Amino acid sequence: MFEIKNLKASLADEDKQILKGMNLKVGPGEVHAIMGPNGSGKSTTSYVAAGKGGYVVDEGEVLLNGENLLDMEPDERAAAGLFLAFQYPVEIPGVGNMTFLRTAVNSQRKMRGEEELNAAQFLKLVREKAKSLKIDADMLKRPVNVGFSGGEQKRNESWQMAMLEPKMCILDETDSGLDVDAMKLVAEGVNALRDGKRSFLVITHYQRLLDHIKPDVVHIMADGKIIKTGGPELALEVEHNGYADLLNEVA
Amino acid sequence: MGALVQDSPVEALLARTGAPRQTSDWGANARLAARGRLGRLGAPKRRDEYWRYTNPALLLADSAPVSERIHSDEPPVFDAVDKLLVVFVDGEYRADLSDDLTGEGLEIQTLQEALDTDIHWAANVFGVLESAGQKPVARPMAAMNTALAAQGVVIRATGKVARPVCLRYLRESDRADVMVHHVVRIEEGAQMTLLENGPAGARMNSVLEVDIADSGAFHHVRAQGRDHGRLAHSHLFARLGASSLLKSFTLTVNGKLTRNEAVVELTGDDAVAHLAGACLGDSDFQHDDTVFVTHDAQNCESRQVFKKVLKNGATGVFQGKILVQPDAQKTDGYQISQGLLLDDDSTFLAKPELEIYADDVICSHGSTCGAVDETSMFYLMSRGIPRKIAQNIMIEAFLDEAIAEIDNPELADDIRSRLSGWTERHS
Repeated sequence: MFEIKNLKASLADEDKQILKGMNLKVGPGEVHAIMGPNGSGKSTTSYVAAGKGGYVVDEGEVLLNGENLLDMEPDERAAAGLFLAFQYPVEIPGVGNMTFLRTAVNSQRKMRGEEELNAAQFLKLVREKAKSLKIDADMLKRPVNVGFSGGEQKRNESWQMAMLEPKMCILDETDSGLDVDAMKLVAEGVNALRDGKRSFLVITHYQRLLDHIKPDVVHIMADGKIIKTGGPELALEVEHNGYADLLNEVA
Repeated sequence: MGALVQDSPVEALLARTGAPRQTSDWGANARLAARGRLGRLGAPKRRDEYWRYTNPALLLADSAPVSERIHSDEPPVFDAVDKLLVVFVDGEYRADLSDDLTGEGLEIQTLQEALDTDIHWAANVFGVLESAGQKPVARPMAAMNTALAAQGVVIRATGKVARPVCLRYLRESDRADVMVHHVVRIEEGAQMTLLENGPAGARMNSVLEVDIADSGAFHHVRAQGRDHGRLAHSHLFARLGASSLLKSFTLTVNGKLTRNEAVVELTGDDAVAHLAGACLGDSDFQHDDTVFVTHDAQNCESRQVFKKVLKNGATGVFQGKILVQPDAQKTDGYQISQGLLLDDDSTFLAKPELEIYADDVICSHGSTCGAVDETSMFYLMSRGIPRKIAQNIMIEAFLDEAIAEIDNPELADDIRSRLSGWTERHS
């Protein structure tokens, strides 16, 4: 379903390799978590997969249902079914949240050769999805993420995810900047999207998010690759002992 | 007249439309005085401080260049708005295409009718605000306009005017050289909205004098047409009484050369003046906003918001000044000018100026110039929006701060739809 194969990537501006042979395979309906110390390349993995500028892929592939995402523009990757929930959602003054998302939904549908939604169909979908995520109408009217609290921004990410119905979701440190209640709410939104087919890759520093979004597999990342893979118990181990033991183990 | 003989460009300017028609004494005097002003000021020169970034040569040339009219099935801007329509074709008022010049709370006449009337309120405004606006920065092309323009309307609002007056400028000729002069008086507590739409001519020189009495409100929304080769040089002169309001917004898309000058004086306490402009230019496009706001009373607010989107070698110019006189305490002045360059070939030149003689004021200004923000672009694209559409969204968002200065949402949406039309055609 989603597979990262021997991915090596560097920062374009500096001659510095961040990902040094990353391998990962997420099956349909599975939830995987990546944990790791600062600077291990967790966020870079998500950016390279989604196609953010500023990185050079030196080697490897990122496959979604057999298609190499690295050959595509970011919008084509989205249409292929990838969704990245940002650690820091971008504020875009002057662009209404609704207009933005309607453009996104219809652009994706168009790229996939599906019929675009008209205003009424779109509104109906919005109402359905917004209710389950406790998104109020006011948030939809405001410019994208502008003046949103941390919790609102992440809820807005979940709402977009719900509306776009991706096959593969990468959540980049979704818990950062959230209090416990906000985190629960966002986690509920994510859990509501688990349907046995949709897959998730949850990037996080802390185990606490994984109490709410229960992973099937946990990977520990360090220095640009996965150094250990295990079950949910691996996250608990990190929570208790930190990364030092694991890093020493590998060294 | 000696000065005129020595300054041949001025003679050429005054020879443009021949001697104006006979008018009332006040009209004749105002025009004569304007001729004298032009003679003293001389024609604008490249080395003049406020003409350094825009070459006046095309505006001074003996005749207008050929500018093809754009043919479009698109309805005119403000078409759907309930309005009192006044139509000019190649700069000439056309009664047959216009609505009756009557409206509730409103007196409206052609400029010529007003000039022919011996005793007329317009005598206190026509050429008066233009003349006052010549200091400290000369605006000779406005003096020329006062001396020569035979076309225009005079409008007096005496109450809250519900329907906007819309001046629609149509073209039939590819080389009409147009001069229009409008005079507006907003009486105490009165309100009105003036809309202007169209390129008016291959070359247009316009003056709009607006005198707003205490507690009056004047809203002005203008779209300058889509024709590519045309030249436009507009002047807004406004004088604001106590607790009055001025809001002026201009949309410019295309056009070879546009210079929009605004000269605003806040003369009564608690007055508010907002000036805004959004422009989009591709290739052979020079767009110049030259703004001068004088705070001459206490507790007034002024805001200048000018945004320019430039591509393929287009040039944007902003020269904006806030002058705060010694007695204008508690002034709140704000100015922002921003250029969004869609490539490396385009240029944005900004000259913000603050001159403050009062000690208890808030004045801020900012000017930025840059490309489309890549982080935002990535965010939009990561949601499935193709690059071109994402860029258009960013352009529209960039301009929206200026458009938000339009109070009436219907007018603002009309302007938004026009610029999204442009971004689609030019992406």
